[in-house]
Amino acid sequence: MNALIRSYGAAAFGVALVVLMALLPLLNISIPGVLPTPTYQPGALAMLSLAMVFSALALSYNMLLGTGGMLSFGHALYFGAGAYGLGIILANLGVPLWPGVVLALVGGLAIAFVTGAISMRVTGIPFAMVTLAFAQAGSVLVRRNSSITGGEEGLSLETDHVPDFLVGVANTRNLYWLTLALLVVVYLVALWVDRSRLGHLASAARENELRLRVLGLEPNRAKLVLFLIAAVSASLAGVGYILLQSGTVPRAVSADLTITVLVMVVLGGVGYRWGAILGGFLYTVLDQRLTVLAGSEAIESLPSVLRVPLSEPLFLLGTLFILVVMFLPGGIAGTVQSWWARRSGGRPRDELGELEDDAEEVLEPAETRRS
Amino acid sequence: MSTLVLVLATGVGLGALYFLVASGLSLIYGLMHVLNFAHGVFLTLGAFIGWEAAQRMGASGWAAFVVSILVGGIVGTLFATVTELALIRPLYERHIEQVLVTVGLAFAAVALFEGIWGSDPLYISGPAWLDETTSLLGARIPNVYFVLMIAATALLASLVVFLKYTRFGMIIRAGVENRAMVTALGIDVKKSFTLVFAIGGSAAGVGGVLAAHYTGYVSAHLGQGLLIFAFIVTVIGGLGSLAGAAIASVLVAVLQQLANYYLGGTGDFIVVAALAVVLLARPRGLLGRRPA
Repeated sequence: MNALIRSYGAAAFGVALVVLMALLPLLNISIPGVLPTPTYQPGALAMLSLAMVFSALALSYNMLLGTGGMLSFGHALYFGAGAYGLGIILANLGVPLWPGVVLALVGGLAIAFVTGAISMRVTGIPFAMVTLAFAQAGSVLVRRNSSITGGEEGLSLETDHVPDFLVGVANTRNLYWLTLALLVVVYLVALWVDRSRLGHLASAARENELRLRVLGLEPNRAKLVLFLIAAVSASLAGVGYILLQSGTVPRAVSADLTITVLVMVVLGGVGYRWGAILGGFLYTVLDQRLTVLAGSEAIESLPSVLRVPLSEPLFLLGTLFILVVMFLPGGIAGTVQSWWARRSGGRPRDELGELEDDAEEVLEPAETRRS
Repeated sequence: MSTLVLVLATGVGLGALYFLVASGLSLIYGLMHVLNFAHGVFLTLGAFIGWEAAQRMGASGWAAFVVSILVGGIVGTLFATVTELALIRPLYERHIEQVLVTVGLAFAAVALFEGIWGSDPLYISGPAWLDETTSLLGARIPNVYFVLMIAATALLASLVVFLKYTRFGMIIRAGVENRAMVTALGIDVKKSFTLVFAIGGSAAGVGGVLAAHYTGYVSAHLGQGLLIFAFIVTVIGGLGSLAGAAIASVLVAVLQQLANYYLGGTGDFIVVAALAVVLLARPRGLLGRRPA
């Protein structure tokens, strides 16, 4: 009964939050130091939309790492497939926006199927390396074929077939609502995955794959399906990205982006859906604010020993990431949750710790069985 | 014919470079099961500091070149040792976190390098002989390739001697084979963890200086670009196998150069395709140990 109340409470809170987010463009709220402009103006809305796109991407990555225990370094490939896919389709096929979106998602799914099926020949750390290699191949393809993808310059969105209400700075508000809807969709998918038999099977495989096999279950297919769902969710985020930015750059398929997403998820807390969303927001806000800080006069006047590190936002984020991994296992969400659980007398859970057992399981059996 | 020889020589030279990176990665993974994403920044820092040293001595002299290699190696060793002691050791046996920490370090270090040395590549020069060519079977091969091949061969030979004939080497080999047993025999494996990091770091630092002469420039992304190919090499060669890494380095680089020359610049793509083929046919890599 208690659990029922709590889950309804969480659902009500989530709905209230979405409603609040949806109302933001109609309100005049200023948060100095966080948002560049009051909430009804395009500056703040564009930043929040970008944060929501990254949150959706982080959520999709959390499906892989948090639910499935798969450390992939190639997730940006599917994000880029959505972004570049839609851009290329709109520029060359002359179809309207929505069929174009569907085609881009199908494209992302196809790429994910081929690369996922091959990568899953190995597990654990080798899996991470192989996914990285595939993403690198995608990145090279994008940079080389500049006649189709725009190369280093990036690809700008062909707006002939995009409905007018989604084009231009004046319509940032509509794009904001679109990305909010996208985030909600990806959240619901993640929620469904975590509650479904598929998700249970994948997370059981994360815990102890050998035991599942002994029980006669076949976790590989579940893991592949999970991989595909996560990839298509990432493609959806990529579609939101190109619409929002009215273009895409090669960074959208680079290993850098995957690492950025990893930073978001770990910062927020691996295995927590709200942690991934929080991580996406936190990263975007920090990245933008630290860039502003880097150009500020207070930093300019420092001696170069301090000025150089402080004027590199990515250096600060990387350092923050290392500190979180070393001293705050579980990220923000995990720390809050275990504090909450200790207060109410429950048992804290340690998501990365659970992953650890899995890594051990994947990497060590050869050793244990040999001895 | 002479073009083919040149392409092959370019491939072997590049393969030597890959091996300087991959050997450390493979040893570290074999012993500690850590995927070291920061290996590329060891290389980059070695290249930058090595270049700074060479510049102060007048970059075109041989003494400056030798000193820059030594400096690169020392910087790589120190950076790697500090990384192991400060970041990897506190997370003992927590492999995912160890990988994440190295990812964070690479992320932060590349940004810091860009802050210090700028985001544009620094073009470098060395002794004039390095840029000249030597004729071999009718092909004119840049001398820097020979230096790379000599360095990689020397590294391979000294690693083999070290692993086979010294006490520490034996502990490392035993640790790769069965770490639980080595620990149970009362041997402190942790010391050899630091040691493999130091060895890997020195190879990467030397590799950094040579890579800079191979490409003609140093940039903050030099190491991370090579790192991805070194990952591919270690997977194809078989994780934890030094000989596998050596063979795969040359195979991958030659294949890459051949495809780049004869198949219109598709080298990177062919390498990834080769990786896919190896994974489908033989997931443990060429010389990887069979999972029991």
